[in-house]
Amino acid sequence: MKTVFTKPETMTDKQMHYCPGCTHGIIHRLAAEVIDELGIREKTIGIAPVGCAVFLYDYLNLDIQQASHGRAPAVATGIKRVLPDRVVFTYQGDGDLAAIGTAEIVHAAARGEKITVLFVNNAIYGMTGGQMAPTTLVGQKSTTTPWGRDKDLAGYPVRMTEMLAVLDGVAYMARVSVHDPANILKAKKAIKRAFEVQMNGEGFAMVEILSTCPTNWGMPPIEAVKWLEQNMLPYYPLGEYKVIGEVAG
Amino acid sequence: MSKVLMKGNEAVAEAAIIGGCKYFFGYPITPQNEIPEYMAKRLPEVGGTFIQAESEVSAINMVYGAAGSGARVMTSSSSPGISLKQEGISYIAGAELPCVIVNMVRGGPGLGNIAPAQSDYFQATKGGGHGDYRLIVLGPDSVQELVDLTIEAFDLADRYRNPVMILGDGILGQMMEPVEFRDTEIRIGPEKPWAATGARGRERNLINSLHIIPEDNDRFCQHLREKYELILTREIRYESYFADDADIILAAYGSTARICKAVVDQARQDGIRVGLIRPITLWPFPAEPFRQAAEYTGSFLAVEMSNGQMVEDVRLAVNGQKPVGFYGRTGGVVPAKGQIYAEVKKILQGGARS
Repeated sequence: MKTVFTKPETMTDKQMHYCPGCTHGIIHRLAAEVIDELGIREKTIGIAPVGCAVFLYDYLNLDIQQASHGRAPAVATGIKRVLPDRVVFTYQGDGDLAAIGTAEIVHAAARGEKITVLFVNNAIYGMTGGQMAPTTLVGQKSTTTPWGRDKDLAGYPVRMTEMLAVLDGVAYMARVSVHDPANILKAKKAIKRAFEVQMNGEGFAMVEILSTCPTNWGMPPIEAVKWLEQNMLPYYPLGEYKVIGEVAG
Repeated sequence: MSKVLMKGNEAVAEAAIIGGCKYFFGYPITPQNEIPEYMAKRLPEVGGTFIQAESEVSAINMVYGAAGSGARVMTSSSSPGISLKQEGISYIAGAELPCVIVNMVRGGPGLGNIAPAQSDYFQATKGGGHGDYRLIVLGPDSVQELVDLTIEAFDLADRYRNPVMILGDGILGQMMEPVEFRDTEIRIGPEKPWAATGARGRERNLINSLHIIPEDNDRFCQHLREKYELILTREIRYESYFADDADIILAAYGSTARICKAVVDQARQDGIRVGLIRPITLWPFPAEPFRQAAEYTGSFLAVEMSNGQMVEDVRLAVNGQKPVGFYGRTGGVVPAKGQIYAEVKKILQGGARS
């Protein structure tokens, strides 16, 4: 019998702890499929962040180093400089990458570190229970913006992909979403490119992945998917923001 | 090899090269800038990599990454920069990774100044970051000892899978002294089968300090305690200088100990029996020689460039058996020989305050 669907070798059998409707599971799987397809599982080191995805190391069947909040790009830098022939990627949420770790991501990108960054943007702090993130939309409710994010009080959400794309060290920069099957396929393509860019030695590569957090958004999964589509897509436009080198051709 | 005249900061950098250090991640701060500057030039010659990070926070996390990959790696800074590194140091200790951290201590608190101080003793020896951990802390008192201890620091770090801190000060970093590199062959660290290098033909490795189940974390912290107890039994080092028959024993480390030796020499010339116990390992602290000396000496005087930090460990060691006085200069002021000697005489004449 022909096998048409199976668990990637890069995934473990561990049952995920993610909430119903959370898209971390999809993104983990996409990363695992890409690593399988590129045949790099045994030469890849992942960096697990602080946040909901800290247990990445339970789910991905490869070497992993856990990093403190925001510092994954610095940790990845240390690893990649010691092991330049290996593949190194970070998996970071929006609080991690766009708030506490802003300096680390900017300077890893500026140095053109040959690493791949998977940036999961769900516009809220998940693990700590739904506080405002740097990417929380104006008007969006969170436990620390109980009446919705007030731009006069809390400012505006940060568009990291647009910010980083202007840096010379960046070789690949894209924003994708995983709110429906068509976009999931596009997301996988972008993730694969972001790994290929690293393997080609082209420079820094990042994919921002718009993601849902039904639990902390306070809505059922289907409604969360619609909310992402209606509210996040207009503010965070999808697409490839920077493509250079071999992957572009 | 014959002796060469070297500044402490450059000597510690060259010693790191001999110790097998291949990676250095730093950030500028006075008075230790010659260390990253030396490494920027020297590391490429031995096939290593130097990176100037965007902050001390990033630098220590680069160290964490490199150490997790199995490399011999170092960073250096001075007091305010070391404060910034503390979170990373806690993670490194928590993940049981080997690395070497140099702190050329300057005056504090806050921005303080760039003059020599010893006010980071607490931060270095008591677990400067969060959680239950210890660094091996070495306190050299000369450029030669700085070199010898730095070379050895990489072996110590690997042997115990633990960060090692070289606790110097602005004097040690900036002064030039003749130094001999007795060992010129670059050392190579041991195999590190635990490193996260890509799970090729083996089970996957995890570098981590998260133990979400309290019982697991308890077990891990007990494991750390056992390791620290092993270090306590094996690695204590100190120098005893005319302490065997002394009526008063000075307790000092690093640059201050050098000045105290001059005090001892002067006193002995004057027929006064003063001695010195100089901790070389600040953690593990050499409590035993102080405890033993308490049986015969009249009193102790801890001398530091601080408001009194190491003196607490001396008092714990002496455990009330004899008075332990304290003399300190702060904020970057170096205690003068005459000032310390005057304090010694005052105690001998009037008895020490404990």
